[in-house]
Amino acid sequence: MALETLHIEHVPADHHVYGALFRDVQNVDFLQAQLIGKNPEFEYAFIDASVIISRTHLLAAIFRALNTLTEGTLQTPNVHSDIVIGLSPTNNISESYRRYGLTPSKTRDVLVIKVVHPKVSSENSTVQTQTPESIWQHLTTHVKGTSVPLTDEEFAKSTDWAKVRKYYKLNGVPGVERIDKQDEEGRKREMEGLVVSGIALRGL
Amino acid sequence: MRLGAFPFPAKVPLCPSVAIADTSPGPDKTKVRDNQHPQRNFTRNQSQTHPLAIGPNPKICQLMDPTSQSPPTKKRKMASSTTTTSTTTAAVEQEHQFPLPPILTHPSSTPPILITQGAEGRLYKTTFLSPSIPCALKYRPPKPYRHPILDARLTKARLAFEAKVLERCRREGVPVPAVYAQNAAAGWIAVEWIEGAPVRVKINEWLGSRPKNEEEEREGANKDQGPLVELMRRIGSAIAGLHRTGVVHGDLTTSNMMLRPPKASSSEQTNGVTEEGEKAKLLEGEVVIIDFGLANQSQSDEDRATDLYVLERAFASTHPRAENLFEHLLESYKETFGKKGVSVLNKLEDVRMRGRKRSMIG
Repeated sequence: MALETLHIEHVPADHHVYGALFRDVQNVDFLQAQLIGKNPEFEYAFIDASVIISRTHLLAAIFRALNTLTEGTLQTPNVHSDIVIGLSPTNNISESYRRYGLTPSKTRDVLVIKVVHPKVSSENSTVQTQTPESIWQHLTTHVKGTSVPLTDEEFAKSTDWAKVRKYYKLNGVPGVERIDKQDEEGRKREMEGLVVSGIALRGL
Repeated sequence: MRLGAFPFPAKVPLCPSVAIADTSPGPDKTKVRDNQHPQRNFTRNQSQTHPLAIGPNPKICQLMDPTSQSPPTKKRKMASSTTTTSTTTAAVEQEHQFPLPPILTHPSSTPPILITQGAEGRLYKTTFLSPSIPCALKYRPPKPYRHPILDARLTKARLAFEAKVLERCRREGVPVPAVYAQNAAAGWIAVEWIEGAPVRVKINEWLGSRPKNEEEEREGANKDQGPLVELMRRIGSAIAGLHRTGVVHGDLTTSNMMLRPPKASSSEQTNGVTEEGEKAKLLEGEVVIIDFGLANQSQSDEDRATDLYVLERAFASTHPRAENLFEHLLESYKETFGKKGVSVLNKLEDVRMRGRKRSMIG
């Protein structure tokens, strides 16, 4: 398994998005410490995979963050942390980090997103232009877990629906409740739609 | 052929290759594409100066393509290549006519298609995140006649409001398009693409298939209007659901409702269905209310009655032959809405007497 390039519609051609999903990661506290220590080598979006329901959900958050990046209206220091808070339907940044980012000794499956765009290489001259190979190299040496593909099936395996329902305020929503309880697929699709609009509407 | 009736682009007479194209036989009939998908009300003539909005009409493609000086016969054989070349020329043409919103200038798997133009904005069909998810992108361009600060504020507020109303309806289970993404400051909102056609088109298709002769019509008037009555009832309950969430639409017309065809019925369609069955299928599907650009949050009977009144007037003028069926819509509205519905309908009487404006100011 290797790093996957994520193609998103309507994203500038010189912005590249890479992603990888690691199961049973052993060194979550180490990774979080690097983030808190603002280690420039660990400029990734680390996401707790249990709050992700599908690829669409993930891409919607990345798309939102890339939009703020191109508009120059980032709310956090860099695009990677904006991806993490981009998952949240609320404006509380530290809560978003706690909910969607890494939590030591709780997070098991870690989703890593890396955005490479021209601005980064010009600002940080120390960090050389990164290629998918070098990113993958760096990730495999520091993230202790097994890599799996970024598919809807893999996301579904680790989704914690209780959390998702709570974070996106989906409990007792009439739009979901009116769908037959037997129709599990239909309910999930409707919830995915509400999650995506929740992401889109943050800040309005 | 339906497409042939549409106005040609204003540019056509200027093109030197007119004579060649005119002598060529009619356009390829197999390439009829469904163009009946305006997601909002609009002036047809304006938007259809763009060839992609009316489907790839090979005749127009030839006119626009500078490389198409080759004999027409050869052109028709290479139908597929014609469409690809026309797409690129058309994209250039579109850019020339309306600059694309900045968000759509970034690469995508398929070029965005201008669907319609309204008074305030334009609607594009494009894709969201992955090539397999179609979406409708509504763009409100900056208005040069307004002060920039005021313009930015108005555009942002209106888009934000529309997005919030859609989200609210969605949560309450009212059939409306889902919001995919928005950037109110930049003036765009991307919503779910609703398949199917506007209710207006479907009703007219249905009415069009009825006898034209007056006597016959009178005979048939009370016969098999069943599916249409059924559709009116579905519209009524959809509006009741909308009003119950505390939203008034502000611009209810049959063009602002889509009829989403039911899924997974394609297997049956091919197996020799009778004409009657086909007709009944015409009006099948879920009524989805679209275009909340003028929507408002209101719980008052007055506003709800005005909403119904606007629809009533619009309905009477777009479908005069089905005007008598409007009562079914109101009846089902009342049934779905319960007690509140009765008082709204009482209010509707008042509104009918005086028109939709209560105060004569503004």
